[in-house]
Order: sequence, then C-alpha cells, then structure tokens
Amino acid sequence: MIELPRRPRLRTRKGGHVDRDRSLTFRFDGRAYQGHPGDTLASALLAAGVRIVGRSFKYHRPRGIYTAGPEEPNALAGIGTGARATPNSKVTTVELHDGLVARSQNRWPSLALDLMCVNSALSRFLPAGFYYKTFMWPAAFWEKVYEPAIRRAAGLGRASALPDPDHYEACHAHCDVLVVGSGVAGLAAARAAGEAGARVILAEQDFLAGGGLLCEPGQEAWRQEALAALAALPNVTTTLRTTVFGYYEQNMLGALERVADHLPVPPAHQPRQRYWTIRAGEVVLATGADERLIAFPGNDRPGVMLAGAARTYARRFGVLAGSRAVLFANNDEAYGTLAALAEAGAERVTVVDPRPLGPAAAAARRQGFEVLAGHEVTGGHGGRGIYSVEARAIGSAGAFQIDADLLCVSGGYGPAIQLASQSRTAMRWDDRIAAFVPGDAPGQRSAGGARGCFGIAAAARDGLAAGQAAASAAGFAAKAAFALPEGDDPDATVAPFWEVRARGKSFVDLQHDVTTADIRLAHREGYRHIEHAKRYTTHAMATDQGKTGGLVGAAVLAEARGETVAVVGMPTYRPYVSPVTWGAVAGHHRGRAFAPIRRTMLHDWHARRGAEFMEAGLWLRPAFYARPGEAPWDAILREGRAVRQAVGICDVSTLGKIDVQGSDAATFLDRLYTNTFSTLPVGKARYGLMLREDGMVMDDGTTSRLAPDHFFVTTTTANAGRVMEHMEFHAQTVWPELDVQFASVTDQWASMSVAGPEARRTLAKVIAGLDISDAGLPFMGVADATLAGCPVRVFRISFSGELAFEVATPAGYALAVWEAILAAGAEFGIEPYGVEALGLLRIEKGHVAGAELNGQTTMRDVGLGKMAKKGDFVGKVLAGRPGLTDPARPRLVGVRAVDRERQIRPGAHLVEPGSDRSLGWITSVTRSVEPGGWIGLAMLSGDADRHGQRLVAAFPLMNEAVEVEISSPHFVDPENARVRS
Amino acid sequence: MHRIDCPWCGPRDEAEFAYRGDATVRRPAHDAGIDAFYDYVYTRANPRGWHTEWWHHAGGCRQFVKVVRHTMTHEIAGTGKAGDSLPVPAE
Repeated sequence: MIELPRRPRLRTRKGGHVDRDRSLTFRFDGRAYQGHPGDTLASALLAAGVRIVGRSFKYHRPRGIYTAGPEEPNALAGIGTGARATPNSKVTTVELHDGLVARSQNRWPSLALDLMCVNSALSRFLPAGFYYKTFMWPAAFWEKVYEPAIRRAAGLGRASALPDPDHYEACHAHCDVLVVGSGVAGLAAARAAGEAGARVILAEQDFLAGGGLLCEPGQEAWRQEALAALAALPNVTTTLRTTVFGYYEQNMLGALERVADHLPVPPAHQPRQRYWTIRAGEVVLATGADERLIAFPGNDRPGVMLAGAARTYARRFGVLAGSRAVLFANNDEAYGTLAALAEAGAERVTVVDPRPLGPAAAAARRQGFEVLAGHEVTGGHGGRGIYSVEARAIGSAGAFQIDADLLCVSGGYGPAIQLASQSRTAMRWDDRIAAFVPGDAPGQRSAGGARGCFGIAAAARDGLAAGQAAASAAGFAAKAAFALPEGDDPDATVAPFWEVRARGKSFVDLQHDVTTADIRLAHREGYRHIEHAKRYTTHAMATDQGKTGGLVGAAVLAEARGETVAVVGMPTYRPYVSPVTWGAVAGHHRGRAFAPIRRTMLHDWHARRGAEFMEAGLWLRPAFYARPGEAPWDAILREGRAVRQAVGICDVSTLGKIDVQGSDAATFLDRLYTNTFSTLPVGKARYGLMLREDGMVMDDGTTSRLAPDHFFVTTTTANAGRVMEHMEFHAQTVWPELDVQFASVTDQWASMSVAGPEARRTLAKVIAGLDISDAGLPFMGVADATLAGCPVRVFRISFSGELAFEVATPAGYALAVWEAILAAGAEFGIEPYGVEALGLLRIEKGHVAGAELNGQTTMRDVGLGKMAKKGDFVGKVLAGRPGLTDPARPRLVGVRAVDRERQIRPGAHLVEPGSDRSLGWITSVTRSVEPGGWIGLAMLSGDADRHGQRLVAAFPLMNEAVEVEISSPHFVDPENARVRS
Repeated sequence: MHRIDCPWCGPRDEAEFAYRGDATVRRPAHDAGIDAFYDYVYTRANPRGWHTEWWHHAGGCRQFVKVVRHTMTHEIAGTGKAGDSLPVPAE
C-alpha cells in the first residue's frame, strides 16, 4: 500500500483567541472554507492552506499574506457582494463572519492563471517613471489608447456601482485623554489616566484589545485584569474596531469605528460605520511598532511573511503558517518566533542571521534550532508558494538552498509614527533601534513601542508613566499605581540591515511594486529628496503607506546619496493612516440630504399647480408650470406670452433681501454701490450695481428708501450670501466708524412680481389703501398698502420690461396674497410663470443676470458703464485699469438666429464666416415671444459697431454652426415706455 | 481643524468660520491710485510664521474675528474683535 504524504495539520489543537468549538463558513473565489470566531479572513485562509491571495499592482506577481494587521501590503480582497461589495480590504483586518464572501483582485481570468503577469516579463521596460516618460505624446493617444489599457492592467479592486444600502454616522467626542492603541502601553496609560479621574477614550483598531499581549499567553491574566479594571471605570470608554486615522490641529483626531463590518448586514437602526471627530485635551499615542521587511530578491513570494506575523498567527490564531520555516532576522526580538512556530507544530526552523553569532542565536542553538550566523538570504523560489530559500555566507558567492515553505523576515521594528508625523511632531533618529522616534509635543506624548520602548515590560512601564503624565497635564492627580507585567525583554538593539545585494527584484513597497532598483533609478535621475523620490516611484504611497518597507526605501536612497537615513529622513505621513470608505466621509450628506433645501412659502401651491422645479442655489424654484401633455417649451412660451400680452405672476421670494438702517446707511450704500443712494427720495427705489474691489461686477438689485435712515436692499438669488458677507466685511473692518446696522430678511418677506399690460387692472381690484395709477405710484415708486386684508409693500419695478409691480408681504401671508391676485387676474387671463419664462423675458429686454455677471465682466462690458458715479465706491479704482477699460473688450450685444427656429447655445463662440477666430461668445439664450425664434445675449468684441452684422455661432462640441444676426441687446421696447405706462 | 475663540461666542469649531485673509491690509484712500489699490487687493506677504488674519464667524455671530495664527504649526496665539490690536509673538 502506498502511503500518501500526510497533509500537515495547520490549526493547533488549543491556545490563542479563537473559538474552535464553533465553525464559520466563508467563500474565497467561489470555494467554501471553514474558520472560527476570532479568526481574521487571513488567519482562516492560512489555516485552510491558501497561499496565493492576490496579484500585485504593476507586475501581477502572485502574492500571499505578509502581515497580521493593518500594515498589510499584499493581501487585499473584495469583500461582500452586490451593493455591499467593498474592494481593497486587507484580509488581515477583516473579521471572519459566517457567510462571508471574498474575491481576489487584480487577476484575469483567475488567480492561478493571470494573463496580465506578462507585465512581469516586460518589467525591465516598466521602470519607475515609465508612464511619465513614455506616454507624453501625442496627447490624444493618451486619452484613447494608453490610459484605458493601463487602467485595465494596473489598479486594484473595483467598487460597486450600486447605491450603498448602508448608512453612516458622523459623531463627535470630547475627552481629557485619548489613548490610541490598546497594547500593553495603551492599557497601562488608559488605566492610569482613568484611575486618576480623567475622561478617557481608549481606541483600538482591532476587534480584540491587547495588541502584542494577544501573542503572550503568559500575560493573559494581566490583560484580562486590565480590561476588567477599565470596564469598571465609568469615565473610561474603550472602543474596539476603531481606527484613529488622522491627527489634526489642536488635538483634534479623526477615527473610524467599524460598527457592523464584522456582520453580514448591519443590525436594525445601526450604521455600518461611524466617523468620529475627537477633541482631546491630551493624546497618548500607543500605536506600537511596525516590523520592517528586508529587501532581497523574491522577498514578495507567497510564503514570505514578517516574523512577527508568523508568531501572531501561531500564538493568537493557532495557525501554523508553514512547517519548514526559515527565519531571516537581524534582531533578537524576532527570535521569539522560533518558539511560537515550534510550539505550533513546525517540523523545523532554520535561522539565517546576518550578524555574527550573538547571545540570542546561541540560545536558539541550545534549543536545537539550526542557526546560520553571518548569513543572508539571497532569494526565494516558488511562484505559487515558496519551496526553497537560497542563502549564502555574507561575503561569499556560493549560495545554497534550504528546503522551506515559509520564510519569516524581520529587519527590526520601527515605531508606528504615522499619527505623530501627521501632527508634525519632531522626529529623532535612534541608532539603537535604527528607526525614527517621535518626541513629545504640546498635549501629545507617545508611549511604549510607539516611541521605541520595545518589550512588554518596558512598554508597560512607559505606558503607565505616559498615562499619569497625560492625566496630570489635564489636571488630574495620579493615584497609586497598579501591578505591571514583569520579565526580561529581548535586547532591542538592531544592527541595521536593509538590503541583500543580489540579482533579482528586491521589493521595498510590495503594494506598489517598487524595487530597490526603482529607488536607485529615481536617484540617478535627480530625485534625491525623499519627498521627490517617493512621488517619482510611488514608494510608500499605497494604502499601507509603506508601513513595512518605507524606511527600507529611504535607506536605499540614503545609500545612493552616500548619506545616513537620519539625514535623508522620512516623508511626512498624511491622513488617512488606513483607508476610510467614502460612505463614512460623506455620512448622511448624500442624496436628498446632501445639502439643505430651501422652499418658498408658496412651494406647495407651485407643486399642486404641477410646477417642474429647478435648483437655484439651495432654493427649489418653479421652472415652468406645464399643463397635462404640454411640452416644456410650449409652457414657457405660453407663460412668457401671458406677461407680454396680459398679466403673469411670479414667485420672486428667493431674491436676497437685506434691511439696512442707521444714520450712515445712505453713506454706506453709496460706498458699496456704483450709484448714489443718498440722493434717493424716501418712497423710491433705484437699480444698483455692486462691484468687487478688483473692479468686476459682483451683483445687482434694487434698493428702496423707506425712511431717511432706512433702506431695503435686494440681491440676486445666487449672491444673497456673498453680498451679506461683503456688507459685513466693510461695515465691521473697513468703515467701523459708520453708524449702520443690517440684517437679512430674505425669509421674512415673500414677494411676487405681477407683470404685464393688465397688471395694474389686476392689482387695482384687490389692493386697498394705495392709488396704483401711474400718478399715484409712478415707475420706481414704493408704498405700503393692504391686499386681501394682508399688509403688503408694493414696488413699481420691472425685470420683464412690462408694466409691473412687485408685491412683498410678511411671509405668513404669502398664500393669501398670491391667491387673491390670481383670482383678481383670472378675467384678464393671468398665468403664473416660472424661472424659465422669467429668463425669457429678461433676455428679450436685454437685462443681464448671472450668466453675464459671472465675475469676469465690468460695468462697461455689460453696458452699464454710465452707472459709475464720480465719488468713491468699492471697485472704482481698479475698474479703471487699462486692461479693463480697453475698448476692444467684448461687450454685451443681442444675437438672433437668422433661421429663426435654429437653436443657438450658450457657450457658442461668435466667428466671422469662414474664420475660426473667436470674437466673443453667447452667454444666455431663449426661444422668444416678441421678436420670435431663438435669441440670446452675447459678449462680443466691437459690440455696437457690429449691430446688423451676420456672424456664425460655432459650437464645435456638437458640430454646430448657426448663422446669427447681431443687434442691440434690447429686443423689446428699447425706449422703456412700457414700464412707465 | 482649528478651534477658534470667538470674542463674542467663545471657543468654536473651525467649521463655523470662513477664512478671509490678511487682516493687516488697510483699504487705501480713494485717491491713492491704482498701485495702492492693486497692493490692497492682490499683494500679500505669505509669511511662514505668525499671521494676523480675518476669520468670519459665518455660522455663528457673523462677526469678523481677528486671529493670530502660525502658518506652519497652526497654533493660535490670540483672537480678538475687529478693532482690537493683537500682539504677534516673536518667532
């Protein structure tokens, strides 16, 4: 009988923090596997013997699980299905749940057979900066050919295109002391600060508190006791599954709490995630340390793993990542992996240590491990999983093979300084551990591994001290200390060892496929500064932010520069420390809740009337009121015709309204507007134009004088907020000596424009207490009255060019006044009209609006140059600059399609027939009532000289060229007789 | 994110404020000429260090608050009302 090789048992029988009594079923690339509660997707995959979990970004090299935490560069997968599919999840942080579905990424057609790995064969043609160099021209080729091809070949997972079914919360928290990380230092710090009486938040990104303690069975009792002590303190909040991702000014930190990512679907009424904004008095960064890789050929093969990760899988998850292991390490801490692997059932572990034989190596030998001191690993073989490790004595050329299925790598540990770096805390190079160590900053201290205090006992002492110091700084006296873990910590001294110089690809950034050769190339091409080399090679710019290889890349650059890493430095880290979903950033600000909606007092009436609404800033305004079966343009023209021929009524409540009072109110307005308001009689309105200080038109509107020291200013709908701020700035900071007060009253008044030849007869039926004949209320007159028993203020102003009255009433009376006017106008054929007809009417009249007053036009440009008064006003001086007074500047004209029904478009350029030189452009267009056909307003060089000329309105985007006739912008009643009738 | 001590409302989150630039420039007299107005509108020192600037408490009392802020560290040395003269720390 043939004996088949026994498949090694990968899950230990006991120990760790997994519940072996219960099983969870999950799928990876369609295949079903089993894991246990307490597993991450990574530990469950390793326990199932899965070695390749993804393909790399650029070369499509097969990759396995490299770490056991959020520093993972390789093992990214898509989690979930349908609308809940989340790409680029680190499988090392994905908590296993029953029914979890995961897919590998960046492979086509399958993980085992990836046709895109041809990139790897072509890699000598794909160096750093390749895309910059190769695809510079022709530009059109970039868009159509290169970019789509690159996008298909490179890149990682794909996001779901379906609407996100979950919701996300934005929350704020305040505390005296925020402790980031719940390793031994964080637990000690939080307990010390909590027992002193401070309000403490302890944030841990993992789903179990303890950090490195989870791999220390001997300290489990201490961990349990610390957690119980924290739970008993009402002033301490411990929040798990919460990643502090950003450190902003004045001790404001951002954190993402994954409320329901470990469940198939969020529970009822629960968000998927919470986006926390935390304001902390004092911050203790107990973020621990990240283990560094060593650059050597093939250091990215499946089966290569950081030594600490292999230990974590063995001790915390009871998973043996490989049974014939090689440990390649330059530090004593990594030797702890030997016992962990042996206890988990490894057949053999061979140590390759570049240092001369030291005490840790000697001790390992005594325990029976083979130790190759003064050796280095020069390669790993096995595309689908390591089967052999190549090593040599340092300085010799003769490499030999070690049979192995796991290669554990450790280049030492570096404090996890991402948050401290974000807050711009000064960093100091520590030769002993060959790493950057953060100092303290106001309100901030790092503790434990995060500042280079390695080892459980040392970190615990440091955490306790930091917690007491933070509480004391926040005003809380320290209480008696509690017992801390004791024992001998491994010697943390590291002999820097960054790279093995041998042939082949040695990676410093596994996620972005950056090799040591890429860093040297960047240096040769002049990118000597670390920030430049980083951007040129994209080193440490992936979602792992180079937590495992960032410093190694800096060391390679330092060597190329002939300087030390301390001099070269590290790039400044930016938020986010770990990726944050867009959903959490957006929170509830999506869909209808993206921004507030403002509705006028007449909104419901408009809706009942069948209005089609459009957005105007935050406002919803009726665009037009289509009758059943009526096409939009038919409705708009019908409404416009009603105003020109009978009477119409329009809700203009959205216009900005500012009540200005004070003995210097007139002076104030004189200085802000181009025209004079101090000469305006009480009871009269005047059109006003406001400039920015740079001389461009900012806004226009009418201002009425209600009393010698009381004005009522209106602004356009779009600029109401800006005009208010402009007034506040000048009143408070430029002319604080003026006696003037003002307040926005936009929401207090509803206003409606009643316009058309029958406007007076309509209003006369319902208005009381005011003679609205031309003698009683002449053009630009303002007076109070009552209408349907409601108080109203009547302004005889017109935007349409017809006889018109604007009726304003305190907002609560809006509907009564509106309906009374409609009833009165019924016999004349009154029609409510919307924003589209309003636009039609003002274009026919040649009135400028937002499309013309776009911040790039002067008074002269829009034909209002005569409104500039002699005295001072904001914008006067700079409006006189030569470039702004150049007679060749395009100025306002009217355009009309020669073929009346040919549509013209805003944005079309005006050219002479046969020419492609733009003379100007069309700003606003409409189909018209009075001249008929398509008309518009335009900005045109040579304006009045060209009246009567024919030009072509070219719109190349739609391949259109329409012949137009240039005219005065005033298509209707240029003598302005109707408004005075 | 800054926390700005509004002299009217007390400490408030930066989200309530809108930045309005250098608070040391003064609007010239109306007859000072184009160059003076050009400097007033466009020419800024862009210091690396302490900067006295306007923050409009747009989401609060709508007052312009004068703030002395360090452009590298974002430290705020003091805040005041529009008319206040605030000491600027030595570098």
